Amino acid sequence: MSKQEHKTDRKKETGKKEEETASGSKSAEKGKKIKEDLDKLMDKIDDVLEENAEEFVKNYVQKGGE
Amino acid sequence: MIKRILGTETEFGIAARHSESVDPVSTSLLLINQYPYLPSTRILWDYEHENPLLDVRGFEVEGERERPGPDYNRLLNKVLANGGRLYVDGAHPEYSTPECTHARDVVIYEKAGDRILRQCCEAAARMKEPSHLVLFRNNTDGKGNSYGYHENYLVDRLVPFETLMKHLIPFFVTRQIYAGSGKVGAENRMPPAPYQISQRADFFETLVDLNTMVKRPIINTRDEPHADSAKYRRLHVIVGDANMAETSTYLKVGVTAMVLTMIEENGPLPEIELEDPVRSIKEVSRDIGLKSPIRLSDGRKFTAVEIQRLYLEAAHRYFERSEADPETRDVLTKWESVLGRLEQDPMQLSRELDWVIKLELIRSYMDKKKCGWDDSRLAMMDLQYHDLRSGKGLYAALEKDRYVDRITTDREIEQAEQNPPTDTRAYFRGTCLKKFPKEVYAASWSSILFDIGNTTIKKVPLMEPLRGTQSLTGSLLESARSVEEVLSRLSM
Repeated sequence: MSKQEHKTDRKKETGKKEEETASGSKSAEKGKKIKEDLDKLMDKIDDVLEENAEEFVKNYVQKGGE
Repeated sequence: MIKRILGTETEFGIAARHSESVDPVSTSLLLINQYPYLPSTRILWDYEHENPLLDVRGFEVEGERERPGPDYNRLLNKVLANGGRLYVDGAHPEYSTPECTHARDVVIYEKAGDRILRQCCEAAARMKEPSHLVLFRNNTDGKGNSYGYHENYLVDRLVPFETLMKHLIPFFVTRQIYAGSGKVGAENRMPPAPYQISQRADFFETLVDLNTMVKRPIINTRDEPHADSAKYRRLHVIVGDANMAETSTYLKVGVTAMVLTMIEENGPLPEIELEDPVRSIKEVSRDIGLKSPIRLSDGRKFTAVEIQRLYLEAAHRYFERSEADPETRDVLTKWESVLGRLEQDPMQLSRELDWVIKLELIRSYMDKKKCGWDDSRLAMMDLQYHDLRSGKGLYAALEKDRYVDRITTDREIEQAEQNPPTDTRAYFRGTCLKKFPKEVYAASWSSILFDIGNTTIKKVPLMEPLRGTQSLTGSLLESARSVEEVLSRLSM
């Protein structure tokens, strides 16, 4: 669910030192952003998750399918 | 590539919050009867050609064929403007897509079905009783009761069933690595697992049979083509999961259709026989690292990814030679890309495949809450991932916040709710329903019946699913001012 796709940074393999540093700090930023996004998402899950999860799951029974 | 008729049926799990004594049959009936956009509420489902008790192995099993009286028939069945069907099957609301020829259209029409069911739910919620209905697009209640998601592929009757079986078994056992919906825990007295790739794997107990409800088989032998039975059989696939993620559905249907084409055309398929497919399907489902080998009858061992790769390589060889249409090329590219990433690190697919999206979501939650797999909130997350309500469903929330990749647009899904595909007989069915709602007396997959006030009801057979398309009947249906005119121009 990370907002940015995991891409292998080709520049890194071929590229110059400046680019390496630049992309390095960029990916650190990226990582921070992903972490913040995930934190937000986890808080959101708590908001939408059914209350009394245990009871809900226990009571959910389906018979007579197919 | 030749056009293949495709379509799916989804049974939805149904629950009512704040109420423990809900009868699932009456609740399901109440639900589907809330749908506000039917062309007509008077249309019957024509059961005449239906016989789910016929087995491809050449016999008919005993059992009661469904023949409800007219009033109950109308209560149970809703023929949709998009050519699909909304109905109650057993104790579940069920939706069948119209007949499609593209895997991507199957994705769109499945999503249109979710939209229809969501509107039913919202309409029911506006009524006083029963309140707070919840629908799940999944396959299990987590307590050993499974409900189905069935794919249908029309195949050439000339292909021996044994040939289909031989090539499909290793394929079905392993395709869950991209088509699984993910599940917390194990069921049906199967070995324990914190998390599984597939919702359904635990329920498959035998290799081949007609059953769909008990002792479920990996290969189902129902022989009910809903079409010219001398020409076609309908492969009824019951081994799959209902997916939320569009890429999972697209690959599940697209790749299966491709494998069927290679079987029909004697393409270069891998020679693989699993030693114990019924055991392997559960082992693959428990192997979330995707590194465990599966034993073949000849002693060789391959991982699930490796087996899928053998099918992929065969497909590359086959479709290099023949004219592949754009969708086939796209499915091939995606299939290859997905298998490559699954081999490296499955977690790379956390925007595309259901079981990985769900696993990443649950793992992040466990990290944050410092809880283990036994926490009841995880089972709730598993269930709620499939919740159709836009404010409550976890997949819906991920989709809204763009945490998952899509291959369709909201606009296409909206369109598909009221408009049939143009390239199958669903076009004729849906267009007649929309244009002449009062005159359509009954419909089924293979027929449409008109009542125009004469002494008899006129039946238009639709035994050839690739006819009745827009290109064959569009101008006739557009210009005709009455059903009489349609019938006379069809020279009936």
